[in-house]
Amino acid sequence: MTGKSLRAGPDTRGHFGAFGGRYVAETLMPLILELEREYRRAQADPAFKAEFEDLLRHYVGRPSPLYYAERMTEAVRQVAAQTGADGDTGAKIYLKRDELNHTGAHKINNCIGQILLARRMGKTRIIAETGAGQHGVATATVCARFGLPCTIYMGARDMERQQPNVFRMRLLGAEVRGVTAGRATLKDAMNEALRDWVASVSDTYYLIGTSAGPHPYPELVRDFQSVIGTEAKAQLQEAEGRLPDLLVAAIGGGSNAIGLFHPFLDDESVRIIGVEAAGKGLDGADHAASLSGGRPGVLHGNKTYLLQDEDGQITEGHSISAGLDYPGIGPEHSWLHEIGRVEYRSATDQDALDAFQFLCRTEGIIPALEPSHALAVVRKEAAAMSRDDIIIANLCGRGDKDIFTVAEALGVEL
Amino acid sequence: MSARLEAAFGKNRAALVTFVTAGDPSAEATLEVLDALVAGGADVIELGMPFTDPMADGPSIQAGSLRALKAGMTLKGTLEIARRFRAKHDGVPLILMGYLNPVLSYGLSFAEDAVAAGVDGCIIVDLPPEEDQELGPSFRDAGLHFIRLATPTTDAARLPAVLSGASGFLYYVSVAGVTGTRAAEAPDIGEAVAAIKRESNLPVAVGFGIRTPQQAADVARVADGVVVGSAIVDLVGQHGHGAPETVRAYVQSLASAIEAAA
Ligand SMILES: Cc1ncc(COP(=O)(O)O)c(C=O)c1O
Repeated sequence: MTGKSLRAGPDTRGHFGAFGGRYVAETLMPLILELEREYRRAQADPAFKAEFEDLLRHYVGRPSPLYYAERMTEAVRQVAAQTGADGDTGAKIYLKRDELNHTGAHKINNCIGQILLARRMGKTRIIAETGAGQHGVATATVCARFGLPCTIYMGARDMERQQPNVFRMRLLGAEVRGVTAGRATLKDAMNEALRDWVASVSDTYYLIGTSAGPHPYPELVRDFQSVIGTEAKAQLQEAEGRLPDLLVAAIGGGSNAIGLFHPFLDDESVRIIGVEAAGKGLDGADHAASLSGGRPGVLHGNKTYLLQDEDGQITEGHSISAGLDYPGIGPEHSWLHEIGRVEYRSATDQDALDAFQFLCRTEGIIPALEPSHALAVVRKEAAAMSRDDIIIANLCGRGDKDIFTVAEALGVEL
Repeated sequence: MSARLEAAFGKNRAALVTFVTAGDPSAEATLEVLDALVAGGADVIELGMPFTDPMADGPSIQAGSLRALKAGMTLKGTLEIARRFRAKHDGVPLILMGYLNPVLSYGLSFAEDAVAAGVDGCIIVDLPPEEDQELGPSFRDAGLHFIRLATPTTDAARLPAVLSGASGFLYYVSVAGVTGTRAAEAPDIGEAVAAIKRESNLPVAVGFGIRTPQQAADVARVADGVVVGSAIVDLVGQHGHGAPETVRAYVQSLASAIEAAA
């Protein structure tokens, strides 16, 4: 690789181009600087890497398979042939099966990395925010595994929508605190976690669930999640002897997406698409597409694209998928968007529901609603690509948690 | 330092710094509360710029922010309140306090417009010295004081970074926590203030968790200023449009306690 690597960021101040940074209250600043120092020490410590990899293998169940979705590929080809194309289109679709991880999503990769960091720092209590409850469950899981008490902040509205995950967290020994401030969803849970942290800096570690927040969180979450892309690259090399032509992943805060994308950023032949939640459509206010429908601003410690009104007040997103329902996006994605390396598209609630059912029936896999957004775009893209082309989609979570939401959307009473 | 701040911190007692959120529950109501703060004996006024996500604030100021936003308050509206306040109260320093995003959204003319509205300085809670380039240069060009926060976690190694580019006064946050919850002990505060004053000539005002006249008097003995916020915002929340008289009486009780402590 000559020229500048796109994988070198962030700079020493935590900026990806104009994005990222450390916009936090002074009380937290020394802690964030200490976290960065400790992360640098951990990166240089082979024992840290060895423990991380050992836990991923034996506790999480990695590597996750890279699976050729043959029936989905065939189904897409049939539709493509019927709708006119020259009969020769329909790319091969591979799914990166992170839904098979312990706890059912990619979130656990990051939690393993961060709990090891927290232990290195001598912290004795963990806090986290959660929207759908997936990150909360993954955090509660690693806290049980390492015997650390944890408090999970969750919007009161999300607690209602995601009761099974609330119960899971409690079974795992976590304290789940409902947040009624603001509009009682993920953004408010994150505010409340930050408020807890400000008051408990000496003993508490904040285990952020996505590649956002103040530096060094976006960097370290990305690094822990990059195991997804690193594995996929090697697995496809083994299966097909080459790089993929397209990567697709869904974006809430952006951690599963950056985890898949980052190892491929310097491979110029690989097209990359991130999929935001278009909710009920980008023309109204009921969506969670920060890049397509927002503009740059500062929230939760980083500068990035945000859903906000003309006065700079943060607006609430909407998505059928609670995990994508966040008014911001990780800063590295904002940068990749501005330099044009990654294309950002969106899929509506309806697109995601259709893709959800499509995968159930073609492959016998019930996906989470989050990656269903990515699958919706995969269906469209694959239909227009050559049969020799290869797509990797990140199947970052399984759909058990979503069956109530889907049943409701389909008008089925359980 | 501006003449107004110099006068406010130049008395032979600690200055009383009072906080209220702009537009809570309306612009007119805020102007009346501001009059009451001055009548009660406030030396410096902090006017909160409401934000949807006040991450460093406890329940009182969160609620005040949401009341103001619900009533339609904007940053433009906040500057208009400042302008009208300044037209009536020439000598009382006025500081805006809030979060970065609405200010960024307003644009770089913010500092000039704030000075034109009679604002003396600004506290941006989520803008640490590491990100100073965001607003610091425009503040200094416009002559708007950048008031920085120091906290119990700001150690000796870090203090110089916090002080560089700070002006007006320094706000010492006496506890690690959000606004309005608990208060620190006066001896601890005294030590922290002394440590800051060894490094800086700026006056040091102390806030977070101060509610009673007794607490105000205790802090007044060891600091250059005493900041009271959540307690006033609570009164506004409880009494709504009838708040000014209650607020005036409360502020007067603080002012007398500080006077007596001198
Ligand atoms: C399965 C799954 N995918 C995606 C997300 C969104 O997060 P991110 O964009 O950080 O991957 C979530 C969040 O809860 C999730 O549970």
